[in-house]
Amino acid sequence: MTAIEYTKVSQGTVYDPANRVDGQVRDLWIAEGRIVATPTDPDVRPARVIDASGLVVMPGGIDMHCHIAGPKVNVARKMRPEEKRKGEQISGTSNTHSGTMGSVPSTFATGYKYAALGYTTAFDAAVPPLGARHAHEEFDDTPCLDKGFYVLMGNNHYVMQSLQRNEPQKLKAFIGWLLAATKGFAPKLVNPGGVEVWKSHQAGNVSGLDQAVDHFNVTPRQIIRGVAQAANELGLPHPVHIHCNNLGMPGNWETTLETMKALEGFGGHITHAQFHSYGGGDGDENTFNSKVIQLADYVNTHPNMTVDVGQVLFGETTSMTGDGPLGYFLSKVYGGKWFSSDTEMESGCGITPIKYKNKSLVHALQWAIGLEWYLLVEDPWRVVMSTDHPNGGSFLAYPQIIRLLMDCTYRRDILKTCHPMVRERSTLWDLDREYTLNEIAIITRAGPARILGLKDKGHLGPGADADITIYTPHENKEIMFEMPRVVIKAGQVIVEQGEIRHTPIGKTLHVDPVYDHEVEPDIQQWFEKYYSIRWRNYPVDISYLHESAVVPPRV
Amino acid sequence: MTSSSIDANAATVSIPGELKVIQDATCTFCGCVCDDIDLTVKDDHITEAKRACVLGKAWFLNHHNDGRASCHIGGKPASLEEGYDLAAKILTEGRYPIVYGLSDSPCEAQRVAVSIADWIKGTIDTTTSVCHGPSGMAFQGVGEVTCSLGEVANRGDMIIFWGANPAESHPRHFTRYSLMPKGMFLPNGRKDRTCVFVDVRKTKSAKAADIFLQIKPRKDFEALWSLRALAKGIELEPELVLRETGVELSAWQDLMDRMKAAKFGVIFFGMGLTMTRGKHANTEALLALTRDMNAYTRFAAKPNRGHGNVSGADNVVSWRTGYPFGVNHSRGYPRFNPGEYTTSDTLANGEADAAMTIACDPMANFSQPAREHLASIPLISLDTKETPTTRAATVAFTVATYGINTGGTVYRMDDVPIPLRPAFRSPHPSDFEVLTAIEERVKKILGITE
Repeated sequence: MTAIEYTKVSQGTVYDPANRVDGQVRDLWIAEGRIVATPTDPDVRPARVIDASGLVVMPGGIDMHCHIAGPKVNVARKMRPEEKRKGEQISGTSNTHSGTMGSVPSTFATGYKYAALGYTTAFDAAVPPLGARHAHEEFDDTPCLDKGFYVLMGNNHYVMQSLQRNEPQKLKAFIGWLLAATKGFAPKLVNPGGVEVWKSHQAGNVSGLDQAVDHFNVTPRQIIRGVAQAANELGLPHPVHIHCNNLGMPGNWETTLETMKALEGFGGHITHAQFHSYGGGDGDENTFNSKVIQLADYVNTHPNMTVDVGQVLFGETTSMTGDGPLGYFLSKVYGGKWFSSDTEMESGCGITPIKYKNKSLVHALQWAIGLEWYLLVEDPWRVVMSTDHPNGGSFLAYPQIIRLLMDCTYRRDILKTCHPMVRERSTLWDLDREYTLNEIAIITRAGPARILGLKDKGHLGPGADADITIYTPHENKEIMFEMPRVVIKAGQVIVEQGEIRHTPIGKTLHVDPVYDHEVEPDIQQWFEKYYSIRWRNYPVDISYLHESAVVPPRV
Repeated sequence: MTSSSIDANAATVSIPGELKVIQDATCTFCGCVCDDIDLTVKDDHITEAKRACVLGKAWFLNHHNDGRASCHIGGKPASLEEGYDLAAKILTEGRYPIVYGLSDSPCEAQRVAVSIADWIKGTIDTTTSVCHGPSGMAFQGVGEVTCSLGEVANRGDMIIFWGANPAESHPRHFTRYSLMPKGMFLPNGRKDRTCVFVDVRKTKSAKAADIFLQIKPRKDFEALWSLRALAKGIELEPELVLRETGVELSAWQDLMDRMKAAKFGVIFFGMGLTMTRGKHANTEALLALTRDMNAYTRFAAKPNRGHGNVSGADNVVSWRTGYPFGVNHSRGYPRFNPGEYTTSDTLANGEADAAMTIACDPMANFSQPAREHLASIPLISLDTKETPTTRAATVAFTVATYGINTGGTVYRMDDVPIPLRPAFRSPHPSDFEVLTAIEERVKKILGITE
């Protein structure tokens, strides 16, 4: 028998909110890729000791909503050579591939940059099922991260047909089947119903939750509630991830509130809430204002609700979305190049370059509204840091957001540089809340792990994956968080002070739901009538997953 | 990277004399990537390829294992090990090595080829640079409004082919995707669609057209801009339009009226557009017209890609480097410059000093100066058969055929990834295996530990 090889992270100041450790000096013991209890035998010596004294220790970061792999991400890479040429150049080394940056980094660069930031897990938020195989192929070229993706199904024909025919059992089985066939992680609704309308009408979309989608005669409300119910009944670790209707439109906060109400009784997650919290009317920019108070009030009083923010940062980026009509709208606003793609039976896609300017009232309000979300949701376990990378900005902006949240003076200094009307149209100036390190650890790791149902992540108790980030404390929290001292992935040191040491490919996290297989012939019949590929060639073979882990259902 | 996705689908061993049927096999002959072929396999050949078109049948039925050696060095049979060693030596000693081809390899092999180009700080380029490269450049300029082929089948009530001849290049295009299918919103199939061909000559495909517009050669750009003007309601001079495009203004106006009246229009374009005068400017005009049309109705555009996995090559090179083709790593990071790092240009400029070609035949179809330069430098080639390029190669690997002997993933012309179901084993290694063996040696020579 070979002795277990231990690593000890020694005497770090540990922030592990899931285990109620708030800045206490602790040793962490690691064996076989996991955190283990301190060995009781005093003769046990670790093979390696990482001295963390004076340093801050947290679980590895988890990005629960980003766009890093799959068809639309790759189209955005192809479409934007201009920003790569002027962006940071990623040279290859003896242990890393070369790559390109810009707002949509190449696959290897994505993995290295996340790791160097102390993030060890990330979820792509919108993969069309027909492109699932592509997303898995890119995952295999995106090192240093455990990864999964959400499967677009808010405009899926079988979903809408089951609702139209009032066949909830079929809907439930279909969601189970689709997640298993794609090796995906969670159901994703993007502008439910609206993308289908876009496919059949010029500038088509739905205007609110109760407008029927033609041909199927179902409403967004029915889709939201139906999928939420089915996904909760399936016990999925992350039941439903929702990009609401009317993203970006003045006055859309009512749609968002209605969406939250439609979820009553079920767990549900509203993503990039910032983009869905606007007052004002009729597409009129002059009346644009923040309605975070009203929406955060609802979240504060409804424990079934969680949100991630989708923070906007000033600068250039690329908008990419499964929301086809939104892509069309943005391309008209910005007037630049525009990509749109409709995927049969399933989904849409829109991509266009965008730029957020601090002197623009709308953009500065978007920035302020994002920060309001972090500051107005009382329970940090139910609000998660995201930029909706790259839509609001790059994931590389997380350290800057942390500083904005932890330093009220800095926040107000930036606000002073923005369009002056922002102070009237939002409450940001009046908010003096400052996040603690413990709260930062919640919104960047412990919280998303809990919301995603990942029991082995986001904490440092025995049994957890040994994904650990060690930071050098600094008064300026942006500096502290932008370059961790050490990043450990599954027990292995992968980054030291920005230098990549090892590049494990990471696991693919997916679900394998139990569903009614009797429904499969019905799905097959539907599938064979209208798809352009064969039923047999649709499911993603297990061989595409390489290292993987099935995340079990919620009990 | 692991090889499991390619091994998992590897062909089973044929039992002598027994028939075996592979259902829903995928044909990689053209960009249609039909995945509904039932192959009957006896010993080491395919006796029937149900549902395959004439090109697909030729692809499947004419394939047989030959007695050729898997590796030749200097034209003489050699061991694979010797070949791998020499290939790695050539690639690592080159000051300006280039890797080219890839459009008839599965993605798994393409990924290894990009890695090699990265490690040796060379150029990676694909046959896209000599077919739809201009479309890729146009795409970077204006974007693209597009859709999957199933959307065309289900919704496309106005189908326009521009500079394309699918009846001969993509024989099942009409029946599987674009004209004949009875789609969800087109229950009567062909009767519910209007088909238009715009071309400089009346090809075999034009027989399928309801409307055929024969434009003057090299005047695609003018024709497309005339349509863009008409879309916006700008008045044009009839004589000028006729003189420039060879087609009456009234015919263009009629076409525009029909385009605006369509519910979901689709324009498929071919190399008749991308490789004629104007090149990427032509495609830009077509993509911009498609975009314009979305102010009136829904419209999409799509290049008719030729090779079985040329779309996969675009995707793999893009996700790994950020650019679709013509990518150079000499400074240690990827740079994109079509016209410089595109292989036909690099060679014609006499710039590369070592080359590896994969599943392509530049010695048969490049310009004279490019061929002369390629013949003058150390060359490694991977191909399923003997070609002018393999004959010119310092090291020539004979590889198994993807989709017939090996598994893996290919991307259809609409970027939908589809798995391969091979029929029988080849005595030759796959290009994935050859490239992996070369990569291992390259990494060892260069001290790469990734």
